[in-house]
Amino acid sequence: MLYRESGDFSSTYAEDSQTFPIKFDRYRYYFVLFVAIFVIPFMINDYWVNSLFLPFLIYAIAAIGLNILVGYCGQVSLGTGGFMAVGAYACYKLMTSFPDVSMLVHVLLSGLITAAVGVLFGLPSLRIKGFYLAVATLAAQFFLVWLFNRVPWFYNYSASGQISAPERTFLGINITGANTQAWATYLFCLMFVIFSAYVARNLTRGSVGRKWMAIRDMDIAAEIIGVNPLRAKLTAFAVSSFFIGISGALFFSIYLGAVEVGEVFGIQKSFLVLFMIIIGGLGSIFGSFAGAAFLVLLPVVLKIVGVDWLGWPTDIVAHLQLVIVGGLIIVFLIAEPHGLAQLWRVAKEKLRLWPFPH
Amino acid sequence: MNMKLKLTTLALGVTLAAGPAMAELVFPSLSYRTGPYAANGIPFADGYADYFTLLNERDGGIGGEPIRMIECETGYNTEKGVECYESTKGEGALVYQPLSTGITYQLIPKATADGIPVHSMGYGRTSAKDGAVFKNIFNYPANYWDGASVAIKHLLDVNGGSLEGKKIALVYHNSAYGKEPIRTLEELSKKHGFELSLLPVDHPGQEQKSQWLQIRREKPDNVIMYGWGVMNQVAVQEAANIRYPMDQFIGIWWSGSENDVRPAGEAANGYKALTFHNVGSDFPVFADIQKFVVDAGKAAGAGDQIGTALYNRGLYAAMLAAEAAKTAQGIHNTTALTPAQMRDGMEALEITEAKMAGLGLPNFGPEFSVSCENHGGNGLVAVSQWDAAADSWSLITGYEQSDQDVLTPLIEEDAAAFAAETGITPGC
Repeated sequence: MLYRESGDFSSTYAEDSQTFPIKFDRYRYYFVLFVAIFVIPFMINDYWVNSLFLPFLIYAIAAIGLNILVGYCGQVSLGTGGFMAVGAYACYKLMTSFPDVSMLVHVLLSGLITAAVGVLFGLPSLRIKGFYLAVATLAAQFFLVWLFNRVPWFYNYSASGQISAPERTFLGINITGANTQAWATYLFCLMFVIFSAYVARNLTRGSVGRKWMAIRDMDIAAEIIGVNPLRAKLTAFAVSSFFIGISGALFFSIYLGAVEVGEVFGIQKSFLVLFMIIIGGLGSIFGSFAGAAFLVLLPVVLKIVGVDWLGWPTDIVAHLQLVIVGGLIIVFLIAEPHGLAQLWRVAKEKLRLWPFPH
Repeated sequence: MNMKLKLTTLALGVTLAAGPAMAELVFPSLSYRTGPYAANGIPFADGYADYFTLLNERDGGIGGEPIRMIECETGYNTEKGVECYESTKGEGALVYQPLSTGITYQLIPKATADGIPVHSMGYGRTSAKDGAVFKNIFNYPANYWDGASVAIKHLLDVNGGSLEGKKIALVYHNSAYGKEPIRTLEELSKKHGFELSLLPVDHPGQEQKSQWLQIRREKPDNVIMYGWGVMNQVAVQEAANIRYPMDQFIGIWWSGSENDVRPAGEAANGYKALTFHNVGSDFPVFADIQKFVVDAGKAAGAGDQIGTALYNRGLYAAMLAAEAAKTAQGIHNTTALTPAQMRDGMEALEITEAKMAGLGLPNFGPEFSVSCENHGGNGLVAVSQWDAAADSWSLITGYEQSDQDVLTPLIEEDAAAFAAETGITPGC
């Protein structure tokens, strides 16, 4: 009953092929956008932004990026942390070299630079597949982190080897540095999230995305029906790295402000984003959001419930979190390999028929 | 779904924002009791907590105001550190002591913008000593460069005043923390003519075979270590494995706890570590801790760390914070403090022998006073040595001052660079 399709007619091809063909879905989507753009910025303070919204939005971009590569094109990657580091260091070099340029340009350029690096490390994917490719991207992860630690040019020869974001603006409003407003950083990241999700969604349901999925499902068959594996795989690496680079740039410049490559962009980060898309759902844009929200919110919620409400010792709660995340991953892999997105799809199917399931 | 999650977060945020606004003194403790650095994080957090518990139980707080300590687990992770900072700053936090150089770097701009002081005691950004630039950041009584300088000074003493032609290796945590002393050591190597070789160890530091193989091959006369967490234990064990003479091996104060040397057993005997406060539990205050905290069942953690090197450091950090709060109460003639008043108290802090004796900590640390120009104390550092048979540390030198001729220009240079980078006009 909630999902009424009766009376919801499409009279043009455009209407028929839109992202949310069901009216209820579409209005819900507009409503979420409305709340995210016009309501939340007026209600948030530093805590909500820095503890919840910024990490959620930025990880969502990273998850979308990785989902394109792993979920849509089937190329397993463990190099997410390294590619995020490329985005972060590109952004830092751009910010310090061209202080007067808008942050928007810096972040987009960082994405493009990361895309180039991603294509470079995507080249082996033409020869190797599956686990072997995972190992090759793992090499990218370690190599990139080592590079940013080793070559002082990347961190402008600072004594500590850290990069810290100087104050930069977008439309005259402070976006990075210490004196930022909660709503400004939130909206800046939200803009990139909406852009990424929109682009990713439309790429994946167009001919490019179909080629990726053909490669994922069976590369030899795809080649026989005329998909060029070189182009398909490399575009997947480029688009994926572009988004991951954007998320790395935002992660460094907006969210953390100071970054040490080994700690922030280590192998842990690659696994975290991979867990996000596994829990959220491979091959689904909504799944990227759901997974990012889940893994960002879970520790905070556990902390609030365990430490602030129940008064448990902080170390027990921290250990409990490891147990719960680990347990959930196992549960998801067994019970619902397609993740939260699939749960949502099933719920939607049920709701469409409810209350008359037969 | 998305919407629901957002609503839940909003609801959670509301409950969080509605913190109590009573007149209590809030001291957040950004601790880490989990992860590869927990072995060192736990004793520090216990000492920090126990001292505040003692003040609450024995004296009813500071100047009659009860103390509320909020513990937040960071796991030595900068992202969680940011979360901890944001979730506690709204509660009226007076001073942050994150016990992590990475988190300190993150908090320096944030805390300065929010007007909350940060006390990075013996860690963090060394040039924060220059209070004219870093108005809200304090790192008294000693910093990383003091440590590097006193280590070299000690080696000079041991080697009859000359290090000409000696080889010294620095084994360091490959992070902002470990890289801090490199510039100082390079300057000192020019001044004293020793040869410096750098051996980075990547986080978390469990893998050090190649570094120690290199040490075995190059046979440096001395090894200086800037390590933390599990890296310390591994390094001491590796040094023992290649039979490196332990008394030629000096750790910074973060590489000098019982937990670092015990795993190597007898082989760790003679290992040296720097410290800026006294060791052991032979001080009157420990009787009070036993009576008011331990016997009352209020000891933090497992209660088994009392009197260890890092427990004492946590206690010392809490003592300095409490004394700064007292000073602030005196200056502003109020008992309820704001972070800005706390900052003034820290800047006017004076630690004398009489004051420490009055607190039950006679001869516990060096005397020093903080001023607007000098947020870093006098750089007085002692050397301690591990006695494996007695299972204890003991000081083998007095407190010696670091080489100010070398350090002062370096600090000025780095602080000026920071001021230029962030657009701060230095001034007192």
